[in-house]
Parts: sequence; structure tokens; C-alpha cells
Amino acid sequence: MQNSNASKTTGEPSVSLRGITKSFPGVAANDHIDLDIYGGEIHALLGENGAGKSVLMKILYGFYHADAGEILLDGKPVSIQSPHDARNLHIGMVFQGLNMIPVLNVWENIALFLPDLKPMLDYKRIEHRITEMSERYNLKVHPHKRVSEISIGEQQKVEILKLLLSDARVLILDEPTDVLAPHEVEAFFGVLDSLRKDGYAIILITHKMKDVLECADRISVLRGGRLAGTMLRDEATEEKLISLMFEKEVPGLKTKPGESRDKGAEPLLELRDVATGTQGAGSCLKNVNLKIYPGEIVGVAGVSGNGQKELCDVILGMEPSTGGKKLLYGKDLTNASIGTMRKNKVAFIPEHPMSMATVPFMTVLENMSLTKTKRYARRGGFSVDWEAVEADVEETKERLELPPVPLYRLAKTLSGGNLQRMVITREMVDNPELIIASYFTRGLDVQSTIAARQALVKAREGGAAVLLVSEDFDELFTISDRMVVLFGGEIVGEFKPEDTNIYEIGYLMTGSEVRHDTEN
Amino acid sequence: MIRKTEKNTLLQSETLRDTVVRYVLMILMVIVFFGLILLIYGINPIQSYKDIFSSTLGSAYGFSEVVVAMIPMLITALAVAIPWQVGLINVGGEGQLYIGAAFATWGALTFSSLPAYILLPLMIVLGMLGGALWSFIPAYMKAIGLVNETITALLLNSVAPKLVGFLIFGYWHSAMDTVKTANFVSAARLPTFFGTRIHLGLIIALVLLICFWFVMKYTRWGLEMRSIGGNSHAALRNGLPVKAYLIIVACIGGAIGGLAGMTQVSGFYGVLVNNFSTGTGFMGFLICWLAGGKPLGILLMSFVVAVITAGGNMLQLTQDLPYAVINILLAFTLFIVLARPSFFGRNKA
Repeated sequence: MQNSNASKTTGEPSVSLRGITKSFPGVAANDHIDLDIYGGEIHALLGENGAGKSVLMKILYGFYHADAGEILLDGKPVSIQSPHDARNLHIGMVFQGLNMIPVLNVWENIALFLPDLKPMLDYKRIEHRITEMSERYNLKVHPHKRVSEISIGEQQKVEILKLLLSDARVLILDEPTDVLAPHEVEAFFGVLDSLRKDGYAIILITHKMKDVLECADRISVLRGGRLAGTMLRDEATEEKLISLMFEKEVPGLKTKPGESRDKGAEPLLELRDVATGTQGAGSCLKNVNLKIYPGEIVGVAGVSGNGQKELCDVILGMEPSTGGKKLLYGKDLTNASIGTMRKNKVAFIPEHPMSMATVPFMTVLENMSLTKTKRYARRGGFSVDWEAVEADVEETKERLELPPVPLYRLAKTLSGGNLQRMVITREMVDNPELIIASYFTRGLDVQSTIAARQALVKAREGGAAVLLVSEDFDELFTISDRMVVLFGGEIVGEFKPEDTNIYEIGYLMTGSEVRHDTEN
Repeated sequence: MIRKTEKNTLLQSETLRDTVVRYVLMILMVIVFFGLILLIYGINPIQSYKDIFSSTLGSAYGFSEVVVAMIPMLITALAVAIPWQVGLINVGGEGQLYIGAAFATWGALTFSSLPAYILLPLMIVLGMLGGALWSFIPAYMKAIGLVNETITALLLNSVAPKLVGFLIFGYWHSAMDTVKTANFVSAARLPTFFGTRIHLGLIIALVLLICFWFVMKYTRWGLEMRSIGGNSHAALRNGLPVKAYLIIVACIGGAIGGLAGMTQVSGFYGVLVNNFSTGTGFMGFLICWLAGGKPLGILLMSFVVAVITAGGNMLQLTQDLPYAVINILLAFTLFIVLARPSFFGRNKA
């Protein structure tokens, strides 16, 4: 397949970007980037957060306008002023956060996007087209379900169908595997593969080395807004790509698992038969028993939607438990408010730093103060000691060796990585005793991820207990001292990372019963 | 640290200048458009503007009347601006105004023998209590998950005048007149200044405005309120008592609305008349919206709206224009301000 592909790429490129330059106030997001994309190839665009991948593709999609440079389609220069122009030129993009109207049905969402939509909706015909296309590429969806009711993996399929049915020939996918569970990724790559065989040009924006090596034909690496290099899959190795992505060496994670745990200590947090009622799309918890000791990281593995959110929210006090007890240092805090939990030094690092932890129109410094407003209040609340906030941030940064974040910018102007760094710094102020980290490295680039994990390990060495919810096996196996597996709202297994392997955890996660037969 | 402060003041002064220029240009646009309407109506716009000017800003008396009209607008705008900070839309200003006025009136009629320095504070407290209770109804119903607070507050706006009417007709009306109470004793009247109708309500409004600005900018509570308004979900996860804040701030907004009613009956009318307010509460909503909830903007827009209403009243008398024309003028202002024409290029980040 690699060979047949290489021959295809010798022809005329279907998209050529020439000297694309775009700057935002203070930063050059794209600096004279030249790129060729051929039909029938999966072209991976690799780079750190903020390397300019998304900006470049949003220029191709007409979302931004380049300050300089030109775009050629099949050799002819074109002007793309808006996403509408891009779609007319058969370019389609799936955004990172997906982009659908949740109250409408799947078929309605697709119909909205059709270029030849008639004033009267002929839903039979539209449904027929959806089914035809979805069978062809193995993108199974339920046209009559509401988008708000389907899983995020299925939503992504709908997004891709949307593009295919609107006759897009160039598909831009922004971090598509971020929202997928590990077992869905493989099927997704299968879809991409059959699309490639039919001559679609696929651009895959990603920062995941594994994705790139698994499915791309050619790989372009962006670094700091410039094209650092393009290579064929066969030439590429992990080392080569990493050296293109980063100027300096990536520091490894320093960790000594389990040393800091005090063996005879009381559990810091104990859940006894905790259950929750149904809220939203996830599973409710059933009889969850969990002890977390000071100085240990407990990893929670599981396919998302199996009770992880509920587990974190119950501990934080966001969601009421319908049964059982929650003890912190032996003290019953089952019905305590979030404020009380926070006062008892519980910290929370969420998966979506912007929507779950940040006030976008406040400065970073103001955001830093929000979990401990009482601590910084002076004269009974009539003034706020911003220098104390700054000092706390500085101290935490030093202690955990975190990279700095700009304090006087509006939070909404920060990149995803900086924003998560802000939240991590804030939550680590004043040595929290229990840290709930929920998918906290999702969407971070390699360096930020390492820094974030390092911060957790440091906090553990300082005696904190950590609950780490993650789908990333690397993360779970490198830094947890103990792992539990959540499936259907229940804890279905508990292991030490050195006593188990990905397969065992994986089978428990998917609720598979015949796990030993297939293990090899 | 020092460098940062310098940069901040620089930034602020720039935006302040921009804001002032922007508003002046917008007012000019209003003047031109409304002039066209007057021309169509067959009236000399220059003469009309001269009349408006001489009857408002051009004379000491006119100016004092503008200030008098501005007082309730300032206070009701604040009643909207405070809940605005936590993301609540207070559309119940009119109802709060009526109930506040009724509570204050009860105090004025019942304790008429008390000296002013006790009676007036008592009336203020009563007025605020009335408004707070009135806005507690929708806030509480919302909190327990019953009804949307906006619709409840809007409906209560038509209940409040009827309730006040019932109290006047049924219990409080004077011997001579069934549509109003007896005139308040002088101890129940807010003092006036300079022989004009400007009353202590102006000072109260300005002090409240400054307090509002100070609390939002410098205090812990302001910080917490802004964070709830900015992202209530994050605020909740950060451990702030969001629900309590929402209810309390809604009540504070209501209390200020009630205070507006108190200052109207005690400072302006000196008596509680049936249907005494025709939309003052809504005007406050409008002003707050125009001002984007900012203290300085509220002051500026209250003044502009007061000039328009006072000037419009004058036009009605001198040029024989229908009252609807004043509404056209107000609507023009609203339209142009909400469209926010960009004179300096939009969104300079």
C-alpha cells in the first residue's frame, strides 16, 4: 500500500500552499509555509500546541485570511474568503470541538450542510444518501437520533459523513483521535484508509506520534509557525519526528513510583458503597469502594462515560451521592459542598480547562485567585491582595518546576496548553492534599504533558494523594502507584501497574469476559 | 509591578477616550436622524433642537429638571447592573419600584410622627425590603427549579401596580381623592437642594454608583461575582457558593429597585399616586443595557435619556408633537447605541 501510494504522490498535488504567512498580535502563527497535499494520501500535520497547524488549516478552510501567500487547487490559484468558498472548492474541515447542532437529528445536521439542499426537505432521499455513504465507508450512524444523544465517536462519524455528502475531496481533520476511546481509534483509521483508496486527500492535524506513524503516508512537521520538514512515512522514525518537533531535547519523566507512600497511614479519602443517580449521558456509580492514601497516585482506567465524571464530581461535591459515604481523613463529608471540600484541600484539574475552570474575560492572575478568594481577601474582603496571589503562583511554579504562564493577559487569549498550565498551577497552590485530575493532559503537547505529569509526581512526593482519571495507558502505567478500572459505574479491577498489562486492563475496560483467550 | 500599573492606566485612559468619543459620535447620529423625522413632520428641526437645549441644558432650571428625571433612572439602572454582574437579567425593575414605593409609603403613613432623621432611614429600609422581597419570589422559584426567573419577574411587573392600586383604593387613599394617599408629612420627604426639585435621592444614587464600582473592582465579593458572571460552571467547581450568590444578588438588585420607588414617592411626588410610574423601571433596564453595565456608562446614559425625555416633553408642549415622537427619539438612541457603530475599527485586541 505504501508503494502504490508513493506512485500517486508523484502526480499533480491537489492542494498546494505557497508562502502562507499569518500573524496574530504578537505572534507569527504561520511563517512562509509551503505544503503540497496529494489526492489519495493521508498527510499528517504534526506539531506541538501552538505550532500553527490549526491556523494553517483554518486558512485553507477560509476561516482565517492569510497575510501573504497563495493557495493552488490542482495547480490553479484560488481565493478562499470564507468556509463557504472552501466548501464550493470541495474542501471540508472537521473541527477539534466538533460542530453540530445538538437539538437536531443526525440527518438534519447532515442536511443542513448539503450544498444542493432543496427548500422542501426530502428526508427519505437524504436518509438514503446517508445510508449509502455510511455503508460504503463503514461509518455507521443512526440518522434519526438526536445529536445530543449520540456518543462523541458517533458524532465524529457524522461530521465526516457531512463532508463526504457535500462532495468534499480534501478532508481536514483537526485532532480527530482526541475524542475517541482507544478501541475506536483503530476503526477510525480503517475508515481513513478506505477514503484514501478512493482518492480523497486527507489532512490529519495531530500531536500524537502514534497516530502519525500508524496511518499517515506523508508527515509534515510544524514548529513555531514554520515548516520544520516533510517526510514519507517510510523514512520517518519517532526520533526523527521528535527532533523536528522540538528544538531542544525532551526531558524524560523523573519518577520513583510508590516511594513516598507511607505504609501505615490512614486513607486520606475513602468512598464506601458510593452510588449516584442518573444525570446526563454517563453511567451512574454503583457501590464504589475506594481508598486513596497520602503519597500515592491512583489511576482510574476506563472508556470515558463509564462513571469517571461521576466519580470525580462526587468526590468534589459537584454531584450528590444517592447512597454510601465519603470520608476525608475519617471525617464524614458525604454531603459537603464544593466550598467545604476545597477548604479541606481538595483540588480539581478538569479535562476542559476553559469551560470547567476558567473565567475567560478575566486575567490569568484573577483566575488564579478564584479557588481561594478568602485566602487573598484583605480588610475583611474590601480589598484583594494581588501580590499574595502572585507570590503563591511563583512559589508553586518553583516547587513543581512548572513553566511560567503570562499573568496579565485575558485567560481567553491563552492557548490550550497555557490554559491547562494555569489551572494546574492554581490548583497546586498551598499544597493540596487530594488532587483529582481528570484527563488532565488531553490536548496537551508532549512537553506540556511531561511537565503536567511531573507536577503530579512532585505533589505526590510532597505527600498528596492523587486520583488520576485517564484514557492514556502510557500515563496510567508511568505515574500511577495503583490502578483501578471503571466499567459501567463499577470498579471492576484493581492492580499495581507492574503486575498487569495493557491487555488485561483493556479487556476489563470493555467489559469483555473472555480476556485470557485473546491475550497475546 | 510598577511597570504593570503604568501599562494598565495607559490602557484604561485609551479606552476611556475611545468610549467618550464613541458616545459623542453616536449622539450626533441620533440628532441627525431625528432631525430628518422632524423635517418629515413639517417642523423646523433647528428650532426644535434649540427648544430642547434651552429647556434642558440651556438654563439652570432646565438642567435641574434633567437631574430630577435622572435620579430614578440612575437607581433603577443600578438595580439591573448589579444582578447583571452575576449573569442575571433583572427585568423586574418596574415591579420592585412599585412595591418599594408601597412599603415606604406604609412607613410614611404609619410613623408620621417620627422625626425625619429616623423616619427617612426607616422608609429607605422598608423600600429596599419591599423590592428585595419582590425579587426574591422569582429568584427562589428559579432556585428550586420551578419557573424561569425572567418570565416570573415580567409577569410580576403587572401585578405590582395593581397591588399598589388595591392598597391605595382600599386603605390608604386620602379623604379628598381615591387615587392617591394623603400628602406625606415633611419629615417623610427627602430634603431638596438649591430651591429646585433635586432631592437627596441624587446623592444616594451617586454614592450607590461609587460603591458598586468599588465593590466590583476592588473587593473579594466583586471578584467572586464577576467570576460567576463570567463562567458560573467554573465558579461552582472552584468552590464558590453560586446558588447563594444568585439569590442574594437578585435580592440586592430588587432592594435597589425598591429604593428607586422610595426616592420617587418621598423625594419627587411626596405622595403615593396610583400608577405613578410609567416605565421608569424599564428605562433603567434600557440604560443599563446601553451602558454595558459599567458605572460610568450608567451615569452618562442616564443623563442622555433624561435629556431626551425632558426635551421630548418640552417638544410635546411647544411644537404640538404627539408623545409617540419622543418614543421615536428614544428608539433611535437605543438602535444606534445597540448597533455600536465602530468609529475606530472593531475589536482592537
